[in-house]
Amino acid sequence: MEGDGGSEIKQWCLSQVKGAIDDDVTEADIISAVEFNHSGELLATGDRGGRIVIFQQEQESKTLAHSRGEYNVYSTFQSHEPEFDYLKSLEIEEKINKIRWLPQKNAAHFLLSTNDKTIKLWKISERDKRPEGYNLKEEDGRYKDPTSVTTLRVPVFQPMDLMVEASPRRVYANAHTYHINSISVNSDNETYLSADDLRINLWHLDFTDRSFNIVDIKPTNMEELTEVITASEFHPLQCNTFVYGSSKGSVRLCDMRAAALCDQHSKLFEEPEDPSARSFFSEIISSVSDVKFSHSGRYMMTRDYLTIKIWDLNMESQPVETYQVHEYLRSKLCSLYENDCIFDKFECCWSHDDSEVMTGSYNNFFRMFGRDGQAGVTLEASWESSSPRCPLRPWRVCAGSRRKEDEIGVDCLDFSRKILHTSWHPQDGIIAMATVNNLYIFQEKLN
Amino acid sequence: FPEMAGAEGEDSLYPIAVLIDELRNEDVQLRLNSIKKLSTIALALGVERTRTELIPFLTDTIYDEDEVLLALAEQLGNFTMLVGGPEYVHCLLPPLESLATVEETVVRDKAVESLRKISQEHSPVDLEVHFEPLVKRLASGDWFTSRTSACGLFSVCYPRVSNTVKAEIRQHFRTLCSDETPMVRRAAASKLGEFAKVLELDYVKSDIIPLFTALASDEQDSVRLLAVEACVSIATLLPQEDLETLVMSTLRQAAEDKSWRVRYMVADKFSELQKAVGPEITKNDLVPAFQNLLKDCEAEVRAAAANKVKEFCENLPEDSRETLIMSHVLPCVKELVSDTNQHVKSALASVIMGLSTILGKDNTVEHLLPLFLVQLKDECPEVRLNIISNLDCVNEVIGIRQLSQSLLPAIVELAEDAKWRVRLAIIEYMPLLAGQLGVEFFDEKLNSLCMAWLVDHVYAIREAATCNLMKLVEKFGAEWAQNTIVPKVLGMSNDPNYLHRMTTLFCIKALSEACGQEITTKHMLPVVLKMSNDQVANVRFNVAKCLQKIGPVIDSNALQAEVKPVLEKLATDQDMDVKYFAQEAISVLALA
Repeated sequence: MEGDGGSEIKQWCLSQVKGAIDDDVTEADIISAVEFNHSGELLATGDRGGRIVIFQQEQESKTLAHSRGEYNVYSTFQSHEPEFDYLKSLEIEEKINKIRWLPQKNAAHFLLSTNDKTIKLWKISERDKRPEGYNLKEEDGRYKDPTSVTTLRVPVFQPMDLMVEASPRRVYANAHTYHINSISVNSDNETYLSADDLRINLWHLDFTDRSFNIVDIKPTNMEELTEVITASEFHPLQCNTFVYGSSKGSVRLCDMRAAALCDQHSKLFEEPEDPSARSFFSEIISSVSDVKFSHSGRYMMTRDYLTIKIWDLNMESQPVETYQVHEYLRSKLCSLYENDCIFDKFECCWSHDDSEVMTGSYNNFFRMFGRDGQAGVTLEASWESSSPRCPLRPWRVCAGSRRKEDEIGVDCLDFSRKILHTSWHPQDGIIAMATVNNLYIFQEKLN
Repeated sequence: FPEMAGAEGEDSLYPIAVLIDELRNEDVQLRLNSIKKLSTIALALGVERTRTELIPFLTDTIYDEDEVLLALAEQLGNFTMLVGGPEYVHCLLPPLESLATVEETVVRDKAVESLRKISQEHSPVDLEVHFEPLVKRLASGDWFTSRTSACGLFSVCYPRVSNTVKAEIRQHFRTLCSDETPMVRRAAASKLGEFAKVLELDYVKSDIIPLFTALASDEQDSVRLLAVEACVSIATLLPQEDLETLVMSTLRQAAEDKSWRVRYMVADKFSELQKAVGPEITKNDLVPAFQNLLKDCEAEVRAAAANKVKEFCENLPEDSRETLIMSHVLPCVKELVSDTNQHVKSALASVIMGLSTILGKDNTVEHLLPLFLVQLKDECPEVRLNIISNLDCVNEVIGIRQLSQSLLPAIVELAEDAKWRVRLAIIEYMPLLAGQLGVEFFDEKLNSLCMAWLVDHVYAIREAATCNLMKLVEKFGAEWAQNTIVPKVLGMSNDPNYLHRMTTLFCIKALSEACGQEITTKHMLPVVLKMSNDQVANVRFNVAKCLQKIGPVIDSNALQAEVKPVLEKLATDQDMDVKYFAQEAISVLALA
């Protein structure tokens, strides 16, 4: 297995908190997507107001051992606007469901963003020169006397303050009847997939007027519907392989080489159900809220309501590792069902070297698991209880009433504060996550 | 812009000044406009200033919209004279180099196209001093966009450089073929054939073949499928005796690739491959491969292969053609006729008729005709229509009598199909069929069908039937019309159903021009005029509309003496619409 025994426990320090620190949160400011780009130099967040904010990591001025470059706002733009579907009398929210970066192809950066229906390709580019010199007017816009033009003047580019522009390059619309839950860029660098509740479509990045349906699980009679697609992702290295997770807790791996329409999966990853643990909530809590391949492409992680499971792609019958995220909620499922929390879709992510995994929980807690078998650690994203460069204090959640300083009772957890969206720097010990309207960035403490 | 007074007549700088200023206008349309007139600007500036001022400005203009950059990339390909001729052509390289690295594929491709064009205008020395270093820079660029662009430039400089530089170019191409990004490997694979064509045969064998083999077994199927295309060019370059050892194992492997997209590509390029490898290999290798593709598990592959059936059979070596088709191809074709996928059947239906010319009369009657009949009864209308629209080639082989006996029932069945869209499609093919089958056959077998459609209960069918009559008259002539269809059409004017009476009017409207003045005035006009007394207002206003349409065809005496009084009467009709259309007809025909 990976990892070298894990003799030392990694410690995490709060690096930055972005967003207003205020109890009065407007709906539009709630962050709905967090994503590092492939180099980790940029970090994008999307919110319910349809905006995307991109942060750029500062170049380190001095090689300080204890800190890496901070992230500062690089570009902010409105990606999606609220729309109305007149045919179906439905409002289409502007909320950003997912952001995915494209591998860098030139000096500019590209990302895909999607709301429920429409995917857009954005270009984020820098400009540090502008043309100067007109023939017929002054630089301030006043017109010259045309008769004074006796020679022609060709404009010249002059340096100017750096300007970052975000421009929409493509709009991929009208291909999804249901809500888009995932987008994923293929390793062939020219196609990507988009998944909604019942279908997965394959797009070529250059064409907005056509996409190919590669999975369709819509039954002819909608009353027979028992399962929906909840998440989907391409394999990081094999361009022909993708997976999708379902509301029943299974994950199907499809091979696009086999057929044009991938209704027949090649592999089905499913854990046999324990009949003794069966309850009304079994199916709901087994629903896959996120699926992510490891960077190596060997493993795949799924997140359901209470656990993280790691699957070896070569073994379909059961996960090779299972981590309990917040097992103590099992007794509270009834009230979580009543307040709809049970339907929260938690994301999960791999560390840059695949040796750890992370996911969010309630009460602004997040969980980190080393894959060397150690018990996971519970950390809190809180600007009040952490100070810069001090390692975060791990929490323990306990059921009893007596508790020590680092313990908290299950009944004291705040279910309105949850960490759904998380992202791990692709090369470094830096993690980012969203707590309602704040973006938290933590760094691994360097010894 | 303010008016420019007093400058006219002279060699005014004003229009050029406007064009230059608009190069940086906020309105993209104006910028585009200026870019498209770049040659005018350059002419006004002269070659010196174009080189020292305009070109540097354009080099930095890479932030613009795609359409502007695309236009710029195109313009620069024709700029050689404007910078001072071949001697200075290399000063166009910097702007094209930066355009060759933008993210937009169409812009990059256009920049590469222009670079290829101006490479021919470089002297051999300039090619080595200026052009080849640019290719190298692109080939070793940080971003894949520049490396993909480089792939398209090797073949244009290779033939014109020294042996040392040639070796370097080959090395660069090799490197790009194993680039880490699939985008570059795809670009290299798609230029492999083109590059092979300019290489010396020895290097084709020593350099290109290993690259071809490697790309054909790339981990990404999007790369592998492009190697199939290269296979065609490479096979054409090699002597026959080397094909087996150098190309065939790779081609066999591609035809059985795990990925359907690669097999699809093989099927799609099958005719080209067949020509490239020659008759012997075709017999031994391609025939079994083609059989497998026709039986492929993926419908897309079967459809692509089905599309090639005719071409493949045509190009088989003549000595064994019939045997090969009968024993190897036809059995697969028979299975495809009842394929589960309609695209496969439809692809087959569009070419299957072509086999009859290759196989001759007896085989067609015995083996193909049953297949045509099955396809003519296919549930998918596209399949049936593809058959019907290719009837002419069978007609030539087995004659119309034979054909009619077997095909007619199927056509009649379609013509009476319960789905009106199917009937509609058949109607649209009727003029074509009539042309193929001839007037005699038509009168005997199909005429009654065409007339029956006129009283179809769906308006779209009646309308199409009317239009069909017009096309038939155009084909068979006015005399035929007068003898066969005009009496039937006019007979409907007494029908108790007003919809059928209106059909008479619609037909007359459609036919008058094709039938000519005499028939229209003598036979049709009296019927129309009589119908002006119809009790249904819809019929009466259609009389007015009909008269308006046929007025120009009728002789002027009849127009004044007969049409005018009727229209005047209708213009006082109690129905508003009748009045309206009568008045309209009066004014259009200038009868007031």
